[in-house]
Amino acid sequence: MFLLIFKIALIVILFLISLGVAAYATYGERKVAAFMQDRIGPDRAGPFGLLQPIADGVKMFMKEEIIPNVSDKLLFILGPCIFMITALMTSAVIPWGTAMEFDGVKYGLQVADINIGILYVFGVVSLGVYGIMIGGWASNNKFALLGAVRASSQMISYELAMGMSLIAIIMMSGSLSLNDIVAQQGQGKLYGFIPVSGLNWNIFYQPLGFIIFLICAFAECNRTPFDLPECETELVGGYHTEYSSMKLGLYLFAEYINMFVSGAIISCLYFGGYNFPGLEYLSTVLNPNLVSIISFGALFTKAIFFVFFFMWIRWTIPRFRYDQLMKLGWQVLLPLSILNVLLTGGGLTIFSK
Amino acid sequence: MNVSVDYIAIFIQFLVGFGFVATTMVATHYLGPKRKTADKLASFECGIDSQGNARLPFSIKYFLTAILFVMFDVEVIFMYPWAVNFKELGSTGFIEMLLFIGTLLIGFAYIIKRGALKWE
Repeated sequence: MFLLIFKIALIVILFLISLGVAAYATYGERKVAAFMQDRIGPDRAGPFGLLQPIADGVKMFMKEEIIPNVSDKLLFILGPCIFMITALMTSAVIPWGTAMEFDGVKYGLQVADINIGILYVFGVVSLGVYGIMIGGWASNNKFALLGAVRASSQMISYELAMGMSLIAIIMMSGSLSLNDIVAQQGQGKLYGFIPVSGLNWNIFYQPLGFIIFLICAFAECNRTPFDLPECETELVGGYHTEYSSMKLGLYLFAEYINMFVSGAIISCLYFGGYNFPGLEYLSTVLNPNLVSIISFGALFTKAIFFVFFFMWIRWTIPRFRYDQLMKLGWQVLLPLSILNVLLTGGGLTIFSK
Repeated sequence: MNVSVDYIAIFIQFLVGFGFVATTMVATHYLGPKRKTADKLASFECGIDSQGNARLPFSIKYFLTAILFVMFDVEVIFMYPWAVNFKELGSTGFIEMLLFIGTLLIGFAYIIKRGALKWE
């Protein structure tokens, strides 16, 4: 029973953190953009404009809700709902920290430690495509429809290379559970001899796989340089052209939650998740609950760094053309990820003897 | 850990997400002003009157991409169980998978040669 209460508490806290991070990522994005373009950015609402996300949220709620006459009403409302729910559900299998301990019983800091772990993430992320496609189609607007078919085409194309690059990781870990993948990165020494504990991260074994995965994560989140679905110079607003008030807000919000979650997943797969050098020592001297919170802080920092990285790229690299985007996905990343699988397989076969 | 608890937890997470979305949708429906005019409710086409319906046929390329995705994704899914058991299967498993990937690459070369992935 306590387990269930613990899980519910964890779910609610994670939900609030996701929303908070998404809200402040919008603020962060504007500040980062301003910094990179030598501007000031939002500074009117509260000190340093820190209340800006709250003001934006209230504004979104108070705007008039417009559902076009020609649209399919039910699907028009369903689109952003599906997109938001899938964005909120992906975080369920991420191990956020080392186990907490109450009355001598350990409770993993993870909503669901299921053995298919990473496949669950893929399944739920794929459902997000429906959110965009249904929303764009139901709008009955040419720009929205084009944005939606572009988005779904792009997302499914990059999912292939993403799945392939992950196979190399799974070959190394021999498990689909994110909990196992992260735990393995905290054990053993890097390359078998470098004497720093907690640094046995996959990035040092899978640099090519990491680059492929990162590029695909950008494409899955529809972020620049792959933001063709909402390419304003060609498609007005893309798939959410007809949306207004909080329905638009849900689309934008979900995009930032996706960024945060993909940052956390990249950290778990390639950057050791909650592991950091010194974690092993800390867990011998400190209370396990405190260690748990510190390790959560480590994962959170890594995830936030990736959110920042997403923004950094956005203001650095211009947008692709659609044929270039498809060519990169199918003819460069997919063969490269197959090559990566073969290299990993060969390496593991040679070195495991 | 008990597996069923984990799936119940996922269901609870779904309920939390669903509850949030439902609340937002209802709240935004009642909070905003409602001054609807015919122009406002027309679909947007850069200010001019919209021409016809948007349910038009679009480029076959998108459809082709979706078909190819289904085929390749099934093949990627085939590789997951192999990857999980890679270390137990040893070098025999690796050689067998090389044959599978070889066949896959022949098909891939064919679709590139036929121009299925060419966007103009």
